[in-house]
Amino acid sequence: MTALYRRAVAAFGPEVPGLLGFLALVLLVFGLAAPRFLTGANFGSVAFQLPELGLLTLAMLMPIISGGFNLAIIYTANMAGLTLAYVLNQYGGVDAGIWPFILGTVLALGVGALSGAVMGAVIAYIGAHPILVSLAMMIFLRGLGEFLTKGGDISGFPQWMAVLGHGTVWGIPVPLILFLACAVVWHIILNRTRHGFSVRMVGSNIRAAAYSGIHTKRTLVLIYTLSGVMCAVAGILMLSRFNSVRVGHGEALLLVTVLACFLGGVDPFGGFGRVLPVVIALIVLQILSSGLNLLGANQHLSTAVWGLFLVGVMILRWGAGRLSERKKRS
Amino acid sequence: MTAEARSETPDALRLTHVTKIFGGVTALDDVALSVGAGEVHCLAGENGSGKSTLIKIVTGVYQPESGAGMQIFGQDYPQITPTQARMAGIAVIWQDLALFAEMTVAENIAFETLLGNRPRPMSYARLRADAQAALAQLDVGLDLDARLGSLPIAQRQIVAIARALVSDARLIFMDEPTASLTQSETDALLAVVRTLSARGVAVVFVSHRLAEVLEIASRVTVLRDGRLVGVYPTEGMTQSRLTELMTGASFAQGVMARDTASQPEVLRIDGLGRAGDYADISLTLRAGEVLGLTGLIGAGRTELCHTLFGMTRADRGTITLNGRELRMKSNRDAVAEGIAYVSEDRLALGLIQPQSIADNAVLAVLRKITGRAGLLSQQGKDDTVSHWITELAVKIGKPSDAVSTLSGGNQQRVVLAKWLATEPKVLILDCPTVGVDVGARAGIFRIVRTLAEKGLAILLVSDEVPEVYMNADRVLHMAGGHIVAEWDPRQTGLSDMEAAVYA
Repeated sequence: MTALYRRAVAAFGPEVPGLLGFLALVLLVFGLAAPRFLTGANFGSVAFQLPELGLLTLAMLMPIISGGFNLAIIYTANMAGLTLAYVLNQYGGVDAGIWPFILGTVLALGVGALSGAVMGAVIAYIGAHPILVSLAMMIFLRGLGEFLTKGGDISGFPQWMAVLGHGTVWGIPVPLILFLACAVVWHIILNRTRHGFSVRMVGSNIRAAAYSGIHTKRTLVLIYTLSGVMCAVAGILMLSRFNSVRVGHGEALLLVTVLACFLGGVDPFGGFGRVLPVVIALIVLQILSSGLNLLGANQHLSTAVWGLFLVGVMILRWGAGRLSERKKRS
Repeated sequence: MTAEARSETPDALRLTHVTKIFGGVTALDDVALSVGAGEVHCLAGENGSGKSTLIKIVTGVYQPESGAGMQIFGQDYPQITPTQARMAGIAVIWQDLALFAEMTVAENIAFETLLGNRPRPMSYARLRADAQAALAQLDVGLDLDARLGSLPIAQRQIVAIARALVSDARLIFMDEPTASLTQSETDALLAVVRTLSARGVAVVFVSHRLAEVLEIASRVTVLRDGRLVGVYPTEGMTQSRLTELMTGASFAQGVMARDTASQPEVLRIDGLGRAGDYADISLTLRAGEVLGLTGLIGAGRTELCHTLFGMTRADRGTITLNGRELRMKSNRDAVAEGIAYVSEDRLALGLIQPQSIADNAVLAVLRKITGRAGLLSQQGKDDTVSHWITELAVKIGKPSDAVSTLSGGNQQRVVLAKWLATEPKVLILDCPTVGVDVGARAGIFRIVRTLAEKGLAILLVSDEVPEVYMNADRVLHMAGGHIVAEWDPRQTGLSDMEAAVYA
C-alpha cells in the first residue's frame, strides 16, 4: 500500500494527497451545509463549467513552468473562436455542415498557434520578458477582435454544434471529455517527452540548459505555440457553450488560471509543475464556487473565497515544509 | 602585530568549548578559536568541517550549545545577537559579498550610515566623504560613482571591506575571499589585508588556497569534521602538511605527465582567431592526452573554450576533429561532434541546481533515452544515471534529490557524468576544481587521469598553475589572447611556470 502510494506520488507529484484531502474536506463541508450539494445535477453543472477554465489553465501552465507567463490566453481563445465563427458564417451559418466546421476548427487552431508562435519567437530570439510580450499580444488581439466584431456578438451557428458544448456521451459531458483528453495529452508532453523535460529545465535555469545543448529558443517557441493551440481549443469550446463569440468572453478567468496553477503546486519561479495536481486544484475551485452558489452566496463572494483559499494553502504548505524539516533533523 | 603588542591589548576573539548540534548532527564539537588584536588568522578546513557554522556563531546567527565561552575584545558575551556582534566590531565578508549591484560604490560602502529609525534627509556629500575615508584607510582608489555591477569581483571585494570599516569593524571574517580572483588580484587583496592588520584590525581568513594562507596568516586554526585539529604557526608549515591536517590523509604529490607524442591526433586548431578575445591559436590535442591550458583570467581561455564548444564563432582559422574540419553553428553541433565542455561556473551554468541529480545527469543525452513514439524511457534514464553514479563514485542520497544538495566535488562529478554520457572524443574542463575541497580535488583528477588512459582527449583549463603542472601531460600558457609558451612539466619546474604566468 505504501509502495503504491509512493509510486503514485512519484508519478503525479507530492501535491496530490494534500489536494485530495482538500477536495474531501470541501465535499464534506458543503455536503453537510447544502442539501442539494451532493446531487447528480450539481456535479453535472460542475462538469460542464470546469472545462473552459480547465483548458485555459492548461494553456497557462506550460509557460509558467518554463518561468514565463501568457497573459494573452483569453483573447487568443476569443480570436480562435472568431475564426471558427467567421468560417461557419461564410458557409451557411445555421445551415453549415460538418466540413465548414472542420475547416474552421483547423484555421482556429492555426490562429491560436500563430499567436503563440509569434510571442514565443519574440521571447526566445529578442529576449523580451514574457509578461511584456504576452501583454502586448493581449492588447493587440483585444483591439483587433473588437475592431472586427465592432464590439458585438457573432452568432448563428448550426444547431448540431450544441453537442460539443452541452451534449453527453454515456452520461459524461462532452466538454469534460475534451478537457480530460487535453489534460492527458499535456501530462504526457510534460512528463514523457524531450520537450516537456526541456520546459522544466528552461524554467529552472535557461542558460545552464543552453550550455547543456538544449535548444532553448526552439523550446520557448514551442511552449507558446502549444499554449496558443490550447487557447484555441478553449475558444472553440466557449463558442459552442455560449452559442456566440464575443471578444472579452471569459476575461474574468485570466487570473483564475494563474490561481489554479499555483494551487496545483506549480513553482511560481518556474521549473516545477505537474498536470494532475492542477486538475485537482481546478476541481476544488469549481466545487467551492458551486457549493457557495447553492448556499445562496453572491457570485462575487466565491471569488473572494478563492483568494482566501490560496492564502490558506500557502500557509499550510509552509507549515508542512517546516514539519518535514523538523522530522528530517530529529 | 607582534606577540608583545598583543599581550597589552586583549585578544580580538576568544572562543572556548563551542559545540553546535543541528537536530542530532554535530556540526561543531568543542571547538576553540582565538584571534589576537590585529592578527591575520587563518581558519582552514574542507567544506563541511564547520568553518561557516563557527563564523555564524561568532556573528550571532546561531546560538552555541550551553558551556561555550565567548569573549570579544576582552568583554564576555554569554549570548550574542547579530546586532551585538556588529556593535562589538565584528564584520563578515561573505563569498557572495551581499552588495547592491545597481548602486554606486559610495552608496554600497556607506549605506549603513543612511539607515536609521526615522526617515530623514540624507547627505550625499557625507556619504561620499565616509566612503572616501574608508577607501583611503585601505590605500585604494576607486571611482565612487561607478555602478557596483560594472566592477570586477576583486574591486567589489574591496568595496565590501571598506563597508566593514565604515561600521568600525575591528575583527573581519573573510569567507573564501580569493576564490574567484587571479593571482595579481589576490596579491592586491593580500596587501589590503596587511594594511588592515597594520591598523590593528584583526582578520580571519577562510580559504582553500593554501599558498596564500601560509603567506598572509601568522597562525592557522585547522578544523576537520567539526573538531579542532589544532592551532599552528604558519612559520615552518608546508602546503602538503596543511593538506594532511585538513583532510586527515596524505597525498602523494608527483607530476602525472607522460609522453603522448605517439598517440593519434584528435583535435587540431590552426591559426584560430576571434577579434577581441584571442588570436593566432594553434594547438594539437592527442588521444589519451591531458593538455593543460593556463593563464590569468582575461587571457582568453574561456573565450577559446566557448568557440571550441560551438557557442561562439571564430573570425579566422580552422578546428579539425579526427581529420575533418568542423563548422559548428551551436553547442548542439559540438555535442554531436563529440566535444563536451565543463563550464567554469558550475553553480550558474554547469548544473541546473534546483532540478534532480537524475535529470541533470541525462540533460545532454535526451535523444539517447528517447524510445519509440518519441517518449522518454524511464528505464533508459535510470540505467544511464545508475551507470554513471557508479562509474564516477558519486555520493548521493537518491537520484531524485536536487543536485544542489550535493557537495561541490560530487556536483562536479554529476557534471562529468552528464558529459561522459554523450561519449565525447574531446573533453574540455574549464577550472574544474573551483569550489571543490582539497580532498575532493584529488578525486576529480583521478577521474580525469582514468578517462585519459581510456583514450579521451582532455583540455584542462585552469588559472591555478599547480593544478595543470601536476595533472597535465603538456602545459600551454595563454596571455593576452595568445599562446605564449609550451612547457613539459617533467622539464620545467612549477616555480618557473608560476613566475611566467603571474609575471
